[in-house]
Amino acid sequence: MPPKLALDRVKCSYHRPEGETVALTNISFTVSPGEFLAIIGPSGCGKSTLLSLICGLMTPDEGRILLDGAPIQSPGQQGRIGYMLQKDHLFEWRSVLSNAFLGPELLHTLTPSAKKEISDMLVTYGLGAFQHSKPSELSGGMRQRAALIRTLALKPELLLLDEPFSALDYQTRLSVCDDIRAIIRNAGKTAVLVTHDLSEAISIADRIIVLTQRPGQVKTIVPIHFSAESSSQSGQAVRPLERRNLPEFSHYFNLLWKELQSDEQHPE
Amino acid sequence: MSNTQSKYLARISLHKKQVRLTRGLLLILFLALWEISARLELIDSFIFSSPSLILSCLASMAMDGSLFYHTGVTVMETLLSFLLVVSISLGTALLLWSNRTLFEILEPFLVMLNSLPKSALAPILIVWLGNRMRTIVTAAVSVALFGAILTLYTGFFHTDPDKIKLIYSLGGTKKDVLTKVLLPSSVPLIISNMKVNVGLCLVGVIIGEFLSSKAGLGYLIIYSSQVFQMTLMVTSISVLCLVSVILYQIIALLEKKIL
Repeated sequence: MPPKLALDRVKCSYHRPEGETVALTNISFTVSPGEFLAIIGPSGCGKSTLLSLICGLMTPDEGRILLDGAPIQSPGQQGRIGYMLQKDHLFEWRSVLSNAFLGPELLHTLTPSAKKEISDMLVTYGLGAFQHSKPSELSGGMRQRAALIRTLALKPELLLLDEPFSALDYQTRLSVCDDIRAIIRNAGKTAVLVTHDLSEAISIADRIIVLTQRPGQVKTIVPIHFSAESSSQSGQAVRPLERRNLPEFSHYFNLLWKELQSDEQHPE
Repeated sequence: MSNTQSKYLARISLHKKQVRLTRGLLLILFLALWEISARLELIDSFIFSSPSLILSCLASMAMDGSLFYHTGVTVMETLLSFLLVVSISLGTALLLWSNRTLFEILEPFLVMLNSLPKSALAPILIVWLGNRMRTIVTAAVSVALFGAILTLYTGFFHTDPDKIKLIYSLGGTKKDVLTKVLLPSSVPLIISNMKVNVGLCLVGVIIGEFLSSKAGLGYLIIYSSQVFQMTLMVTSISVLCLVSVILYQIIALLEKKIL
């Protein structure tokens, strides 16, 4: 199957009067359709920059980024790429429903049927009663779900998630992570998640890329495989919360922990 | 409702009543003391006037219509300059936000004009623009405008960059950033800026009327000082107090409605 997303020797640097900072260099990897990829690495290794590049908000200095084999033309590629930021950034002056309309509104595709679909999506994900509420009336977890629906409203094929759970308290975080994983899997989307939380990455991803310290490079790629998943019928993945209880979890945790540690001992 | 909650509510409402009552009493006490000391000739009512003299002055001014004429002139000049300040400052701040280089070029000039005491400009405005209403409006606009531009620009410039990133990531344009994020998120700033500006415009109008006018409350104050009619002067100042409170309250009401 041709990859949904392909990065080929991508390099990106920031320019300031004090000098140039190379954020990422020689980044190559692919993501298959329907795959959930997590990217981990030490803070400041260029994880968020990588997502901005994939989204088309920035252009790489060198290398290519291909979505379905074609270079990315405009930010978001007309709604084909959805980007979920760390904070929900719901607009306080809009209702939850109107916040979810934002994407189609910007691309001038907000038809009555699109409105209906988005409203139905809010109902499906437990926000039906809050459609006309202001975001301030929602809990942290509900806000993050509303932000995800705003991202999904454009029906993106590829979802980029920039530590979307980091602003939540631990308990909410676990359950929202569970929710969001289920929503993305049910919708059959391809996703790239950036996180600094090892256990979160292991509990949610099909494959994990470890980046080195700045300038970020691909250090290793670890496929995540739980035997409980292949033995269950239709190879369904188990929920992130359940994954945390499986024996392989600590194995992956130790493996990735060592990868991250060894990087700190020998900074490049 | 629980017992403690109703007690709490009762305590709040009692507190509010007490504040209002004390406030009213303080005003009455002040006016009464003023009136009594004038009647007992502890103070010279020719110089200090008295509440009763002010009331009769107000009544006679209301009878011959001059009260409404002069107040009307001042209010109209203030509203006109206020509208000009609000629209010009908003337009300029948006222009500067959309063109950062332009802001970098103009910043020192704006800062200089903002810190310049605008009353220094009034005499030159009279020479340039004549002894007319447009001079007064220009003076009032000059008092409020530059500060308003800088305040609005700074607010616009500090719009959450991630909210802007969100708009771009969804395929929006700079125009979308303006209409979907910048303007709606700046409504509280724009209104609080309006509150400041309406007061500053009134200051500017009075400065203008002091120097060049044949009507308005500022004119009345200067005229009465020249003919030494202290009652007329204090009356004009009292009306001015009322005007400034009403103008401020109108915007506060607008703020309550919108936010």
